[in-house]
Amino acid sequence: MIRPNPGLSVPGSASAPRRVTSTAPEVPALHLSGVVKRFGTLTAVDGLHLEVPQGIVLGLLGPNGAGKSTTMRMLTAQSLATEGHISILGHTVPDESKWARARMGVVPQHDNLDEELTVEQNLRMFSYLYRVPRRQRRDAIARAMRLAQLEDRGDTIVDDLSGGMRRRLLIVRALLHRPELVLMDEPTVGLDPQVRQDLWSLIDALRAEGVTVVMSTHYIEEAERLSDEVALMSAGRIVERGTPTDLVAKYAGATVEEYLPDGDGADALQQLLHHHGFTTRRTGTTVSALRAEEIPDSLRDRLGTPQRRDSNLEDVFVALTGENVE
Amino acid sequence: MSLQQAREDARPEVHVRPGRFEFDAVRGVVAREWILYGQSWRATTFAAVVEPTIYLLAFGFGMGALIGTLAGYSYIDFLGTGIVAVSVMFQSMMPAVINTFIKRRYLRTYQAVLAAPVDVREVVTGEALWLAIRAGVYGCVPLLVAIGFGLRPGPGMLLVPLIAFTAGFAFALFGIWISSVIRSVRSMDYVFSGLFTPLFLLAGTFFPVTELPTWVQTLSVLNPLHHAVELIRGVVFGGLTLGDTTLHIAILFAFIVLMWSLACFQMRRRVVS
Repeated sequence: MIRPNPGLSVPGSASAPRRVTSTAPEVPALHLSGVVKRFGTLTAVDGLHLEVPQGIVLGLLGPNGAGKSTTMRMLTAQSLATEGHISILGHTVPDESKWARARMGVVPQHDNLDEELTVEQNLRMFSYLYRVPRRQRRDAIARAMRLAQLEDRGDTIVDDLSGGMRRRLLIVRALLHRPELVLMDEPTVGLDPQVRQDLWSLIDALRAEGVTVVMSTHYIEEAERLSDEVALMSAGRIVERGTPTDLVAKYAGATVEEYLPDGDGADALQQLLHHHGFTTRRTGTTVSALRAEEIPDSLRDRLGTPQRRDSNLEDVFVALTGENVE
Repeated sequence: MSLQQAREDARPEVHVRPGRFEFDAVRGVVAREWILYGQSWRATTFAAVVEPTIYLLAFGFGMGALIGTLAGYSYIDFLGTGIVAVSVMFQSMMPAVINTFIKRRYLRTYQAVLAAPVDVREVVTGEALWLAIRAGVYGCVPLLVAIGFGLRPGPGMLLVPLIAFTAGFAFALFGIWISSVIRSVRSMDYVFSGLFTPLFLLAGTFFPVTELPTWVQTLSVLNPLHHAVELIRGVVFGGLTLGDTTLHIAILFAFIVLMWSLACFQMRRRVVS
């Protein structure tokens, strides 16, 4: 748990100033239990249970409207849970949210950089807000610019940066105080593939430093590439959780076969596969059969010629929820 | 030393008190505004100097030639001190309404700030404090201009920045509260026409409130700008009784407490769902 700063703290006193220090490894980075968030009659998060150990990258994967962003907002106490319990690095939220926020970084989905200021000024502003001590401020800003590969852009006005540079700046702004936990809400949404690759490298660097990362995304490739574990979210709940490899093996098998039947044959083909116990996906007139390696030859003869591909998390998601992620 | 240990050693020490109001967080918000001010100080200073100068030129020479003296003062002296208070109101309340609304609604600034270890009370206080500091400094500009127009300098003028700061803090909080009540930019028309205009016309800036109907005089007691005007005139020209001074200060402070509470409450409703 939190180690009080000798000479400053009053043990047990909620109002005592405490040195923000690292958490014992057995304390989860995140613990959510029975969390519900309602907006009027709409239930955005519906009994969420989630525990994230320290030091991993967890991908929160789900389609738009699954409750990912609401969950992220509850973690920063900008949205208050209607029911349930949330703790971050051992701090109860919202009561001890300030402690939690002193030890975590938040990368929002929407760019909220100060456009009229320079890169260096944006970082300096947040070094004040994160209370980076004066003697460490210059180093913290230099390190952030180095991480974002913006060392030679310190005096550039943010409005003049490319989309990828802005995104990198947004991420390193959340790292100025060297947080133990980083929350990223759709960090690469709307970016082109090259920029996305750059950001993935940045997240890899965080992982190498042992920082816990919780990242919401609706990009399958991103979740598979970056996450040690993935939590699949649908209709405000976690429907399944595990390593990408385990989830794919468990729910989608090794390969998927995609069939493109003529005319109205898609319905019949899908029924035939269901009849033999196979889970299918339907995209337009294309019918995909999961666990295709288990299709017997006698059945395959009746299905036609397929396109084969490796199974992925999208297949898992569809198999579990009937929804597409992207 | 392990990599983990090295990382922890490099982590900045941060002291926070959850549930407590922390001046460190307020300082962070003010520091942020100071950096932003570095980009806009020319325009802000231009407006702060030119506007009262034009007022004093137009009303001081124009109306002053017709009026001569008012309530025992030369009109330029009466107006010059009144303009100080009006300038404080415009320097604090106007940006509090407009900038705070834009930051909350369009720039998502508060979403970013509240992701750091800062709470809504500290954001509100920091924003208001910055505007009050600015008003405390720029509020003195009309006084200097009025001196240029013939107002006799006196030691009481040294208290004007303090009054300007206090009144600026009050009006900034008022503005922040309004900005968190209104739902759209269009609603600002109601604020400027329905609130700003009566506030500064019924404060004794251009003419004494004693010339107004009794019911309007009663209303002006509730107008914080009126109390700021009276305090500024009092310290510049003397003549305020202890009772009057206490009353004006008490009303300004009561207004600050009320507006701080309302601004924090309403802003929290807007930024925390």
